[in-house]
Amino acid sequence: MPDLLLELFSEEIPARMQARAASDLKRLVTDALVEAGLTYASAGAFSTPRRLALSVEGLTAESPTLTEERKGPRTDAPEKALDGFLRSTGLTRDQLEARDDKKGQVWFASITKPGRPAAGIIAEVMPGIIENFPWPKSMRWGAGQMRWVRPLHSILCILSDEAGAQVVPFDAAGIAAGDQTQGHRFMAPEAIKVTSFEDYETRLKRAHVILSAEERAEAIWSDASNQAFARGLELVEDKGLLAEVSGLVEWPVVLMGDIAPQFLELPPEVLQTSMKEHQKFFSVRNPKTARIEAYVTVANRETADNGATILAGNSKVLTARLSDAKFFWENDLRVVRDKGMEALATPLANVTFHNKLGTVAARIDRIAALAREIAPLVGADADQAEAAAKVAKADLSSEMVYEFPELQGVMGKYYAKAVGLADNIAETCETHWAPLGPSDDVPTEPVAIAVALADKIDMLTGFWAIDEKPTGSKDPFALRRAALGVIRTVLENDSRLTLGKTLGSASHDADVDNLLSFFAERLKTHLRSEGIRHDVIDAAFQLGGQDDLVLLVNRVKALQAFLDTDDGTNLLQGTKRATNILSAEEKKDGIEYSLDPDIKFAETDEERALFKALDAAEPAIRSALAEEDFGTAMAGLAGLRAPIDAFFEATVVNADNQIVRRNRLCLLNRIRSITGQVAVFSVIEG
Amino acid sequence: MAADTPRSFQEIILRLQSYWAARGCAILQPYDMEVGAGTFHPGTTLRSLGSNAWAAAYVQPSRRPTDGRYGENPNRLQHYYQYQVLIKPSPPDLQDLYLGSLEAIGIDMALHDIRFVEDDWESPTLGAWGLGWEVWCDGMEVSQFTYFQQVGGHDCKPVSGELTYGLERLAMYVLGVDHVMEMPFNDPQAPIPLTYGDIFHQTEEEYSRWNFDLADTDILLRHFEDAEAECARILDAPAEDPKTGKRIIMAHPAYDQCIKASHVFNLLDARGVISVTERQAYIGRVRALAKQCADAFVQTDAGGFAA
Repeated sequence: MPDLLLELFSEEIPARMQARAASDLKRLVTDALVEAGLTYASAGAFSTPRRLALSVEGLTAESPTLTEERKGPRTDAPEKALDGFLRSTGLTRDQLEARDDKKGQVWFASITKPGRPAAGIIAEVMPGIIENFPWPKSMRWGAGQMRWVRPLHSILCILSDEAGAQVVPFDAAGIAAGDQTQGHRFMAPEAIKVTSFEDYETRLKRAHVILSAEERAEAIWSDASNQAFARGLELVEDKGLLAEVSGLVEWPVVLMGDIAPQFLELPPEVLQTSMKEHQKFFSVRNPKTARIEAYVTVANRETADNGATILAGNSKVLTARLSDAKFFWENDLRVVRDKGMEALATPLANVTFHNKLGTVAARIDRIAALAREIAPLVGADADQAEAAAKVAKADLSSEMVYEFPELQGVMGKYYAKAVGLADNIAETCETHWAPLGPSDDVPTEPVAIAVALADKIDMLTGFWAIDEKPTGSKDPFALRRAALGVIRTVLENDSRLTLGKTLGSASHDADVDNLLSFFAERLKTHLRSEGIRHDVIDAAFQLGGQDDLVLLVNRVKALQAFLDTDDGTNLLQGTKRATNILSAEEKKDGIEYSLDPDIKFAETDEERALFKALDAAEPAIRSALAEEDFGTAMAGLAGLRAPIDAFFEATVVNADNQIVRRNRLCLLNRIRSITGQVAVFSVIEG
Repeated sequence: MAADTPRSFQEIILRLQSYWAARGCAILQPYDMEVGAGTFHPGTTLRSLGSNAWAAAYVQPSRRPTDGRYGENPNRLQHYYQYQVLIKPSPPDLQDLYLGSLEAIGIDMALHDIRFVEDDWESPTLGAWGLGWEVWCDGMEVSQFTYFQQVGGHDCKPVSGELTYGLERLAMYVLGVDHVMEMPFNDPQAPIPLTYGDIFHQTEEEYSRWNFDLADTDILLRHFEDAEAECARILDAPAEDPKTGKRIIMAHPAYDQCIKASHVFNLLDARGVISVTERQAYIGRVRALAKQCADAFVQTDAGGFAA
């Protein structure tokens, strides 16, 4: 059982593409080998900044021999037909066999496809895989036509077994596969000849290349944590940065440096963002003060001075970067201290939000008015909500956010605090953007809730008014996220607002009904993740006027719980039966049976019992619904199950006596109308 | 090693010149027009087009009016120098050649951490893009390294390799200077030692004031329109020159007008008279000029036109 080793050695591959490329390589090669009839025991893919590697172990030495039998023409068929058959099978007449068939004697050919050695198969599939590799972005270089992520320099491809290693001979884009690679660009650039995967990995390590990205990440993390710990500090976790940095080095060397004292007063988010975005540094925090006091950089080599020159250079660059950040921070602070947060927001009057929706300043005015309106509904003070909305996006025109857009909101919070705005207003600058993702926390403080809702509702009604709704996979303004944000904020805070009314007052031009049904779809998607059936949601929605989301969801949950009980299932059947009969007869007779039935025309005990049960249940359900007590309403419905079942058991609705028949149809109508206060049962499945 | 460290800004430039000359590049002189970057030099923009081989290196003074800081900022200038290398087709050892140039200016590979970090280059005004890296030395970006894929809307075949060094920043690092104005321009031991500031501090002040506050925007707007019109007029002329009877397509004079329009746009931008929406429209107009010039250049001999 031979093992396959493949390495594609190139100029530096972007860090963000390496992991995906390694797994693509594994998938493409193993799929192609299996397709060609080979099997293997295991496969592993690896990446470094300069190489993609694949190891396939326990490969079958050759593909199996395949025998195919083919039926030809009858033995008495014209010569021409037989010639054609011989041509297509590549056989001669004496290799054919005549056999009896239903229609007489027929020629049969038995074609054997001999197995092929693994090396031949690999050599055949590899060029296509390399030349058509699915890089997210690829390029040409020199005078060639080949595309790769960056210039490809060499291909190593060997099959090895107990007898030794052999190069698999193929050539892709003018590069012949061989059995050599290179070590670290600076520390061990010599050519290395390898004989197996173990040999490859060991020799690379000796040549200062750690092949596995996970191993590099672990080495970085543990070394950096230890260095921080030794100084009583802690490393700020950042998995994305760790993965990226692991893709920038073949031989990670962790170096820790200090942040100059003049920068220690900058907000930790500023230090962290500046260091991460520009320098790919990890932040190191003092656990006692929560201040960022040091940084970790990961170099790609060891040096005779133990990294002193490298660290000095990095510190110098960092100082220049942080001087910029400090300059922005101090300029912004000066503006807000001299003229207030609103002054910071002034330039937003010149920033277009969307060419049909005016400037950002105009949008802020709309949000402020709407936040005022929503405030009393969510327990916030209207003046505070309006004031918070006016400053919540002011930091969009700050120098710091211009430089680091990801600090929007965070900077607003610091600037608002610096000018002495109330804590909840300052916090709103940050939290009104939430939730940014499905698992992000929603705002919980009333003023923040009012502004967050106003912000998202203005977005939705605005884009609805200009008919820029999401379609299919296109949602350039993230309106689905905004609607889900509204839904989650309302539900998780138990905020009671009638959405239709709020949407209507946010915009006169938006098609509110259409927007409400968009919300309904988002709500269904959201509730589905909580295990709630979409037909149950429809059953509640179709009652109409269900735009108090909290109430709607309470109803839906009670209904689903009820339908999960025996009473619920049976009542659903009974109600559907009643509704079906009634609709059929109404259609036939062309009239609506909506008069009150009279118990005096009842003929059976079961009929009379149903009258009494309905008389008792109706007011109970009505008052329970009025009190939003859906549990009690469902219990009221449960009480109707037995009388309805018994009625259908004992009674024929379409009696000969027309008066009795009409009375019974009107009785069914009462079932329909009483159950119909709770939900539209006819849309529920089952 | 340390003894080999250059002592002045000009020594770094001279070393780069001799390094690339020794590797076979034609050492061109700066283009005699105001440009935003070394890429605008016709020795890069136009010569990266077509099938003819090319190898050139040069210093290009570059102007970015919005970056003016009156000479106060340690790292920012409205006028600075780029060192530019363009080799077509890109040789297979271009990375090694580049690293050799860093050694030549005194960066010891055994002590420093050199990294190639993904950076896709795109010039919306030139209708050009390429893939490559920014090169980091100890965490500082010292060069851009790009394999040109498209210029002026044309696929680059063959592909050119382009190296751009930000000379001031690189030199400050090599010389260990913290403020650009304090950097020795000539040898500090010379009878008359001059710093970068001796030469450029006053001009930075003058141009910052003019760029930001005084440049006449009406005149500039007119210049933009004029350059655009002249570019079109040049390219509209028939290929055959009636006087000499030769086929003379005037790609370079037309491209000069494109350069002019681009620089005027940068000045208008610094004056703050271009709104966000207008910005895209102006960039699109310059790109249209660049594309027409590229179209014209590939019809010339230097552009690989086989008559």
